[in-house]
Amino acid sequence: MTDPRLPASFLRPGTSSFSDFLSEAAPDLLPSRRTVPHGQAADLAPHATTIVAATYQGGVVMAGDRRATMGNIIAQRDIEKVFPADEYSCVGIAGTAGLAVEMVRLFQTELEHYEKIEGTTLSMDGKANRLAALIRGNLGLAMQGLAVVPLFAGFDLVSEQGRIFSYDATGGRYEETAFHSVGSGSLFARGALKKLYRPDLSERDAVTVVVQALYDAADDDSATGGPDLTRRIFPVVQVITADGGRRLPEAEVADVADRMMAGRMIRPDGPATASVTGGETP
Amino acid sequence: MSMPFYVSPEQLMKDRADFARKGIAKGRSVVAVQYADGVLFACENPSRALHKVSEIYDRIAFAAVGRSNEFENLRIAGVRLADMRGYAYDRRDVTARALATAYAQTLGTIFSSGGEKPYEVELFVAEIGDSAEDDQIYRLTYDGQVADAQGYGVMGGAVDTVASFLETRFHEGLTLEEAVQLAVGALGHSDSGDRVIQEADLEVAVLDRTRLQPRKFRRLRPTDLQRMLGERQPTSEEPPAPPDDPPLAPPT
Repeated sequence: MTDPRLPASFLRPGTSSFSDFLSEAAPDLLPSRRTVPHGQAADLAPHATTIVAATYQGGVVMAGDRRATMGNIIAQRDIEKVFPADEYSCVGIAGTAGLAVEMVRLFQTELEHYEKIEGTTLSMDGKANRLAALIRGNLGLAMQGLAVVPLFAGFDLVSEQGRIFSYDATGGRYEETAFHSVGSGSLFARGALKKLYRPDLSERDAVTVVVQALYDAADDDSATGGPDLTRRIFPVVQVITADGGRRLPEAEVADVADRMMAGRMIRPDGPATASVTGGETP
Repeated sequence: MSMPFYVSPEQLMKDRADFARKGIAKGRSVVAVQYADGVLFACENPSRALHKVSEIYDRIAFAAVGRSNEFENLRIAGVRLADMRGYAYDRRDVTARALATAYAQTLGTIFSSGGEKPYEVELFVAEIGDSAEDDQIYRLTYDGQVADAQGYGVMGGAVDTVASFLETRFHEGLTLEEAVQLAVGALGHSDSGDRVIQEADLEVAVLDRTRLQPRKFRRLRPTDLQRMLGERQPTSEEPPAPPDDPPLAPPT
């Protein structure tokens, strides 16, 4: 007769990490434990593209476009790539969409699990490091063309400011100042952010800046989707402050996007910076 | 050399049950009370760090009395089980019923296996639904029996006194304030009179349907309790109750 009680791994004290627990109790559930035959697999699954994030006074904002591509095909036009990780942080994904979404689910569970077991949340750096460990586990798949490159942002309750972390496929973790972007359109988005970003932005202005940056990415990168005005599909925007994180309602993002589009009707390249010499304008 | 004595199975089980019951009766009571917007848990617990009531999952909470190292083990096992199910299937597929069954099997096996000391714990596992009719409170005893608590439940030390207090005063559709007052009143009630338990010595938490976040568990802070309880007068002078069992192990 088998013992009907909970397996010993459930009752053993020790780890507060969900992925550590899984590696003992159900290793086949962990994405990093899967073996994949050799060869390039990059064309198998859709890729998610551009994510941008920017800090502002009292918070941080992250936005992602809605397009997933498979080669020259648009695989999905309303995919969501920015997710809350916990109450005070969020994660946006670029790279292989399926693996990335699974990794986000594991990361969300990891943070919540720690919080429930320890009775306290991980520090902002602790969360960023856990995500790095999950990405490192995916290195084998990354080398076969199935890389996952997230962007992590959140509000640090200790230092009372928004913070942004970027990653590489090997699990390298880099803290970014002010703003950052990842994905295929990130070069164009970062160019736009450089010109539009100011440290004293309000929340509303910060949202406008990231939506503008995504438009510039979509303008020059075929894999990044711009606002879909006919279907009313707009970027996903997540705002995090000391009060916690929230996804901006569709109507609010639509309003920002509509105003931006009205401006672009007159000036398709977007708003001009106030001064080309770099000095303050009167 | 001593002769092995024959002990009847009835006597063996009775001894084990007495042992577990004695351990549980030493601690203070925990009450669970259903109210209009969810389920409320309350107990007297001066410690801010060692909780008797905790969150398991979105709509599921856990409360325990008895030996803290044993119920802490069970709590962690519950969080692991819930998170694993939610990750492998979906968040909606995590239920209190499955959790209560796993706990019951575990407690029952340990209780009836000869070689192990029975767990000296009792548990509440509660889940809230979309309306009060769908709320469930399971009460599990040291021997792995599961009972459905209707409206309210008590476990721990002075079960009968506290339960009789609740029985006369509980009704369906309580507001949160009324539920807090009722639960705290019941905890302070004894046959020789009622005492006032300081807000700082109370651990009160709710599963609150009206919370916008998917995770419905919320602890009530002493300032919240002060506002809800208002001014309270003791009905009789009474020496403070003996201190609770010191925790045997820190939470892991």
